Amino acid sequence: MRSRRVGRHALLVMVDDPAAALSARALVLELAAPTSDDPLPAPLDVVPAARTLLVDGLPDPAAVERWRSRLDGMTLPAASLPESGSSDEVVVVDVVYDGADLDVVADVWACSPQAVAARHEETPYVVAFCGFAPGFAYCTPVAPLPQIPRRTSPRERVPAGSVALAGEYCGIYPNPMPGGWQLIGATDAQVFDPDRADPALLTPGDRVRFRAVR
Amino acid sequence: MERCDCLVLVEDLGRPGYAHLGVPRAGALDPAALALANRLVGNRESEAGLEILLGGLCLAAQQSLRIALTGAPMLLWVGGRPAPLDAAVSVPAGSRIEVEPASSGLRSWLAVAGGLDVPETLRSRSADTLSGLGPAPLARGDVLEVGPSGPAAAAAEYPRSAAARATSGATVLRMLGGPRDDWFTPASLAAMLAADYRVTPSSDRVGVRLSGPRLVRRSNGELASEGLVLGAVQVPGDGQPLVFLADHPTTGGYPVVGVVEDDSLGLCAQLRPGDAVRFS
Repeated sequence: MRSRRVGRHALLVMVDDPAAALSARALVLELAAPTSDDPLPAPLDVVPAARTLLVDGLPDPAAVERWRSRLDGMTLPAASLPESGSSDEVVVVDVVYDGADLDVVADVWACSPQAVAARHEETPYVVAFCGFAPGFAYCTPVAPLPQIPRRTSPRERVPAGSVALAGEYCGIYPNPMPGGWQLIGATDAQVFDPDRADPALLTPGDRVRFRAVR
Repeated sequence: MERCDCLVLVEDLGRPGYAHLGVPRAGALDPAALALANRLVGNRESEAGLEILLGGLCLAAQQSLRIALTGAPMLLWVGGRPAPLDAAVSVPAGSRIEVEPASSGLRSWLAVAGGLDVPETLRSRSADTLSGLGPAPLARGDVLEVGPSGPAAAAAEYPRSAAARATSGATVLRMLGGPRDDWFTPASLAAMLAADYRVTPSSDRVGVRLSGPRLVRRSNGELASEGLVLGAVQVPGDGQPLVFLADHPTTGGYPVVGVVEDDSLGLCAQLRPGDAVRFS
């Protein structure tokens, strides 16, 4: 695995896709576990993204080099998105499909607005990574869907719980905030609550199914 | 809090460990300065204190306290008398603590023996201005609880705050190149290191935004969003670099040309709009 140094405390591992980033994250956590043979210095944060994995919060440049040389000699086993998921459990998110941009998505998917809901429900998703805001999960369809363009001008305020699409991703707004994604519906699910034992409903590697409620 | 004419935030050493959930680290913009203030009053370095922007506040002590103020050279008054910075100061019950604006620098950290006892969010008491996690900015009338304190710190030599070391002229920020310096033309990278940049007024706890020679991309490719580290020097589409500070987003879609080193980040916390910086 190729990686690049990022300052004195981090390295950026280059991977091909979100599935590989999740596999790399699992591998890094395993290599740092105190129970592994010759454990590597534990990072504070291991952040997957679309084409990279950031291993951050290492004590010093020597630790960064140890990680780089260990990962250099390793090859990531090929994995598809569902295989790289962290568990067999599926998080079910109930959605009312009444979003303001259903027509836009229907145009791209070449179907009726009603069929957008059905298609979205039928599609298994995996959380590739989080970012943008606490608990905002970039859910990726296991089988690719046509890419959805962002709005040309973002909305000033998207309500919390909005279920939205952009590019290949589906996301749920954890809080009211500005946003340029196309809205297809809304959920009552609390996607982020810092006082909960698991603050984020959706974490990297989780499997997700959306279910229509009326 | 009897008077609060400036931005005052509760900060500790932040909440690392949640970046994969999109949670920024937050924490004191100059962790060494907060740690120093905490050591001076006999606290663990990680206790929560106040981060004061520019100065202009008055606190009334409802019990006797031991405090220390580090960072920018603000004016500290206790019970109507001037008190030293970078030192433990006793505050009798009923007296006032006043912090007035600094002639240079931007931020100070006030530690209280026992630490500030505000509720934790995700194992930290830090206010995060990007996500809104943690305590709200302080306002007049707020009451701050203080935890149980141990004995005063033994007298020892302490380093001065970063602001006190800052010299006139451009502030030099030490930077390690990468991970995406290869996205930019060698000529524009050389120009970046040769010139002074000016701090713009839109700088805040998220980052120091700069204005100066543009960094020019080699090609027009788009970078997929990737994880960001503290001190990352990101270059958005306009070619003007910004240095990410404690409240930075966890991921970003613009290339990072370099990473400012830890000791220079303390200097970043003191930069005012219009100040000159140079990368080395």
